[in-house]
Amino acid sequence: MPAPIRLRELIRTIRTARTQAEEREMIQKECAAIRSSFREEDNTYRCRNVAKLLYMHMLGYPAHFGQLECLKLIASQKFTDKRIGYLGAMLLLDERQDVHLLMTNCIKNDLNHSTQYVQGLALCTLGCMGSSEMCRDLAGEVEKLLKTSNSYLRKKVTLCAVHVIRKVPELMEMFLPATKNLLSEKNHGVLHTSVVLLTEMCERSPDMLAHFRKLVPQLVRILKNLIMSGYSPEHDVSGISDPFLQVRILRLLRILGKGDDDSSEAMNDILAQVATNTETSKNVGNAILYETVLTIMDIKSESGLRVLAINILGRFLLNNDKNIRYVALTSLLKTVQTDHNAVQRHRSTIVDCLKDLDVSIKRRAMELSFALVNGNNIRGMMKELLYFLDSCDPEFKADCASGVFLAAEKYAPSKRWHIDTIMRVLTTAGSYVRDDSVPNLIQLITNSVEMHAYTVQRLYKALLDDISQQPLVQVASWCIGEYGDLLVSGQCEEEEPIQVTEDEVLDVLEGLLVSNLSTPVTRGYALTAIMKLSTRFTSVNRIKKVVSIYGSSIDVELQQRAVEYNALFKKYDHMRNGFHLSLLMIINFRFFVVLSSFKMVQVCLSCLCVVPILQANDLLDLLGGNDVVPVIQNTVSTKPASAGGELLDLLGDLSLSGIPPMTAYNKNGLKIDFTFERANPNPNIAVITIHASNSTEADMTDFVFQAAVPKTFQLQLLSPSSNVVPALNQGTVTQVIRVLNPQKQQLRMRIKLTYTHKGSAVQDLAEVNNFPPQSWQ
Amino acid sequence: MRFLLLFSRQGKLRLQKWFTSMSDREKKKIIRDMTTMVLARQARSCNFLQWKDLKIIYKRYASLYFCLAVESQENELLALEIIHRYVELLDKYFGNVCELDIIFNFEKAYFILDEFLMGGEIQETSKQIVNRSIEASDMLQEAVTAYLNIKFQKCT
Repeated sequence: MPAPIRLRELIRTIRTARTQAEEREMIQKECAAIRSSFREEDNTYRCRNVAKLLYMHMLGYPAHFGQLECLKLIASQKFTDKRIGYLGAMLLLDERQDVHLLMTNCIKNDLNHSTQYVQGLALCTLGCMGSSEMCRDLAGEVEKLLKTSNSYLRKKVTLCAVHVIRKVPELMEMFLPATKNLLSEKNHGVLHTSVVLLTEMCERSPDMLAHFRKLVPQLVRILKNLIMSGYSPEHDVSGISDPFLQVRILRLLRILGKGDDDSSEAMNDILAQVATNTETSKNVGNAILYETVLTIMDIKSESGLRVLAINILGRFLLNNDKNIRYVALTSLLKTVQTDHNAVQRHRSTIVDCLKDLDVSIKRRAMELSFALVNGNNIRGMMKELLYFLDSCDPEFKADCASGVFLAAEKYAPSKRWHIDTIMRVLTTAGSYVRDDSVPNLIQLITNSVEMHAYTVQRLYKALLDDISQQPLVQVASWCIGEYGDLLVSGQCEEEEPIQVTEDEVLDVLEGLLVSNLSTPVTRGYALTAIMKLSTRFTSVNRIKKVVSIYGSSIDVELQQRAVEYNALFKKYDHMRNGFHLSLLMIINFRFFVVLSSFKMVQVCLSCLCVVPILQANDLLDLLGGNDVVPVIQNTVSTKPASAGGELLDLLGDLSLSGIPPMTAYNKNGLKIDFTFERANPNPNIAVITIHASNSTEADMTDFVFQAAVPKTFQLQLLSPSSNVVPALNQGTVTQVIRVLNPQKQQLRMRIKLTYTHKGSAVQDLAEVNNFPPQSWQ
Repeated sequence: MRFLLLFSRQGKLRLQKWFTSMSDREKKKIIRDMTTMVLARQARSCNFLQWKDLKIIYKRYASLYFCLAVESQENELLALEIIHRYVELLDKYFGNVCELDIIFNFEKAYFILDEFLMGGEIQETSKQIVNRSIEASDMLQEAVTAYLNIKFQKCT
């Protein structure tokens, strides 16, 4: 069998492949050769084969069949084999592989090898990817090795211990004795890894943290030596002595000083020294300064030091180096809550960063700018932020728009300014505005009563310019529908009123309905707006025509609305005006907002309408908590007019009349009696009170009574006294039903009862036909 | 540190070092994400990116991108120094290192990395000591090979 080709040879060959397919072919050929070589248990070339396999693995090809070979290499006595074997283990044998644990014994042996480089390999592998089981098994060996005086090994063992602690935190205690004189090392590598170990322990255990606080003076001394010492060729980086160690110590000091007055005080001097003495011309100096600033901000430093830190960050902001500006913005963002005033001093620089070309910097600057907005600087800041919104990349627009809305809401100096700001956002970034902003904005506009005319005028003008931005169009249509009368009447105090006719307004709204740019939601808004205008405008016929056209629209949502609105025209013309209509529109508008969670059962315009899940709470909120309105649960109701207080007022007081009571239902222990009153002054309304009683030994819970009446009647159900009908006739549940009977027809009713009895749900339907004639005549 | 990736301007992977355990699928996805994100960056942007909960620090040296992912509490500016230190080590070892050196001697690049970093932390801050360790290991490797060659020759 010829010797397998060398690694470099293979690499060269594969690189000559001109297509992916050619490369795949070469690889497959070589893999086959390697596989057969493995099968033959060829010791001489195993190393070479595995190396080739690792190369192919890096190109993305599967290499799992080499896992066991890696184990064999590790077990070999040749250093070359071990080197490649351990590398292969690190690349192919992570803890998710079943054969992973087979390494444990080899590693154990190699940890005690006579050659430090072999020990080093084993430590490296264990410390990089040892699983929890392996760490548990070998923790003892690691702990033993920690005592070595060999600095080459010591630094590796220390990091290995760090890894063991990360994987098996319970073993942390085991390494505590070894930390006794950790910091008295001279060797920087050992010192550095020791600081890492201490950091790890302190981060994981408050007890350890308290225990190691006593090391603060020592750490301060080491740091001082590093800064003050002269040039050390071995650790020098651009004139700074061992920056990696310095940063690591600063980080540990941060953890030790946090929340502790004494430790913080002990560090104050050295932190000030580092902050003032470090050379800032190169990145490495700034890295140390950055870490110092982070430490100062986190510990209980004195205020002078904190100001120094923020000023350093301010200086960073002016640095030419983008990375440093970015880091400054990030840090300022973290400190803006606690040191607000200090950060405010750098506001103008921060705002300038909005114009930076770098995307990461822009984002940070934007976040920080929003954090800095307050009542004093709102006008100036908003100008900058709106300018930013105009020119920024699309990825920022949504966040920026939301930020502007929030800031405007909190700090708006005047209502007009607020509305102007919103208009600006809608016109410049309208399509990026979040969906939930639309109802919020409408709420805001509604509340600014004196601005209605101005708002609707501005929105109308915006619509004339551009109808592509949906949130703008939606808010605008809603406003026009609501305040269209103000628009055509030409009243506007804030600016020059425009002259516009009803027909022009309707043209615009109809334009929205037919435009391809309008989404279905937008069309819904437009149609509703047109409908609302029927009570404000005089050209009702035109509106009627539009509405009826959409009664046969393909869009179900639109069709439904149109049909309902049509019905309003036909049946409830007298009620169309004013208050009720607004209410209907608000109800419908809420449907839009909470669209997906409402499954609207087809509202049948003849009776038997069921207004389902429309939360009665919503209704109450909309009416401003009008407590005349009853809580309607699964009621059978008339058209929206019944939701208003008007109907109830019509009913006036109730007076008892001499109509005999009756039993409507009596089954399975549940008895329902009806008692009657005739309401004054309207003789067409009968008021029925149901009394439900339960003669069984168990309560009936979740009791719900529903009723339906024929077409010619209208029915309203008020809330029941309770949902539980107590057992053994201990009490009754009462509920009031009002029935409007204008045609004085014979009263008939179908009732549905649901309740839970003895753990099971019961449901029943029944017809009630035995109403006494006096109740409906 | 979470991972270190080296890739060319065409997105070909030259070195991958993972400091936490991850499935192959996750690794492949991360490699894809990193190469796409980093290669899309404009020439004079800052070297930092935010990706999920990690900070990504990347730097281009000639035709190779070095991409390091660190956790949120780590120092990005120092991460740049770490990358630079690794490049210096490679440069000292190979003498004016270029991408081809790393392609053809990838295992050496790993060995050097393993003398500089371990388990996501720096193990040695001195350039000279790292270089000396690598040289000593290489010599050990050659010595063993030479010894075996002699032995082999004696037998034949």
